[in-house]
Amino acid sequence: MFLIPKPVGKFFHRMASPPYFYDFTGRLIPWLSWIFLFLVIAGLYGGLVLAPADYQQGDSFRIIYIHVPSAWMSLFVYVVMAIAGGIGLIWRIKLAEIVAISSASVGAGFTFIALVTGSLWGKPMWGTWWVWDARLTSELILLFLYLGVIGLYGAIDDKRTASRAVAILALVGVVNIPIIHYSVEWWNTLHQGPTVTKMDKPSIHISMLWPLLVMAVAFKFYYVIAMLQRARTELVVRERNSQWVKLLLESK
Amino acid sequence: MALLRAFIAIIRRDLILAFRRRAEMLNPILFFIIVVTLFPLGVGAQPQLLQSIAPGIIWVSALLAAMLSLDGLFRSDFDDGSLEQLLLSPHPTSILILGKIIAHWLVTGLPLILVAPLLAEFLGMHTDALIILLKTLILGTPVLSLVGAIGVALTVGLRRGGMILSLLVLPLYVPVLIFASNAVEMASGGLPVDAQINILLAMLCLALVLAPLPASAALKMSVS
Repeated sequence: MFLIPKPVGKFFHRMASPPYFYDFTGRLIPWLSWIFLFLVIAGLYGGLVLAPADYQQGDSFRIIYIHVPSAWMSLFVYVVMAIAGGIGLIWRIKLAEIVAISSASVGAGFTFIALVTGSLWGKPMWGTWWVWDARLTSELILLFLYLGVIGLYGAIDDKRTASRAVAILALVGVVNIPIIHYSVEWWNTLHQGPTVTKMDKPSIHISMLWPLLVMAVAFKFYYVIAMLQRARTELVVRERNSQWVKLLLESK
Repeated sequence: MALLRAFIAIIRRDLILAFRRRAEMLNPILFFIIVVTLFPLGVGAQPQLLQSIAPGIIWVSALLAAMLSLDGLFRSDFDDGSLEQLLLSPHPTSILILGKIIAHWLVTGLPLILVAPLLAEFLGMHTDALIILLKTLILGTPVLSLVGAIGVALTVGLRRGGMILSLLVLPLYVPVLIFASNAVEMASGGLPVDAQINILLAMLCLALVLAPLPASAALKMSVS
């Protein structure tokens, strides 16, 4: 522990206590929500109004301001889930377990949004809702991995045991995601070669890029807000017999 | 060498148990044959068509057969309590579980490889492709057993683990399916398939080393 500065260590120790976590996140969420609102309005205004239309794709390229950040988040959240699950597995920190499982449904949501917006974009651009493109396929498999995590958590009655099961599964998934991703990519290139699906990547113009980056940060904030709200609910449900939850309910 | 003895004892015990219930051993093979038979009935019996989708049919069927046979890996041991004894033993659990997985593969994976030539003949596959098919099955089915063991270990404590098991395990089987059926397809076109075979071999090595660890962690969780 000598590598970690004392205040940071102390912060984590206090965050591991459920009442403190509940209280602290309750005060944090309004702040995060304001920052998220500011960023998302700025990003959407920049993306939908200020950025020029693409010379090939016209206005339909603007869906990337939703599509690309959610695709990034879908992978990011899986890694966060696995790390939180690993922490929960090793140090048996209740809150890490809760963060892991609360991330799963948010991540599945991001994956689903990425798939839906991708196919909405694909219809006018490629002329079809779905192609067996490498990225689409690996995103679909990622969705299955998320659903497996959620399904396994729901199937086990004892939630502490369920959290450990989910953590093991998430860690196995993290090892597998690169293998799945590259195998799918290889499968696809061997089958048909990059023809329709290859997005030629001209270096994106700065006026189109900054709204995308702002949206990416906004999505990070959204994830933290959504995850914390789920985590708070989950925490209260799990700790319903403890003194602090009873006091909390009485004070409401 | 006590560990080696325990390892061999586990394999021996599981093989004996399997041979005492020979009827159950046949089920995955029958399932494999029936599923492959269903495909010509479903898609039509044009030899050209069957030949082109034969690698996919055989591999998808083998994958499903392997998955359905997984449930037997820990089920009876879990029910009669010998799994707890296994976890209590002084030897590393992951090695003992590896023994169980190997025994399970010998009982369920190996027969699939033995009947595969017959099915390949049904679907009109070339001899070159058949040899590659056998190679991919030899390298691929152990990976299915190893990765599947993690899924079973996670769900063995559940009363209705079957559906959830397929949801957990099938996405993880994707790389094996891709490389194996692709190798067979390439081979029937007369192309070299060294790359695919090497990658399957790499996956087997990786799974052999890594898969028993989460499987033993998951078993400890399921039993506690």
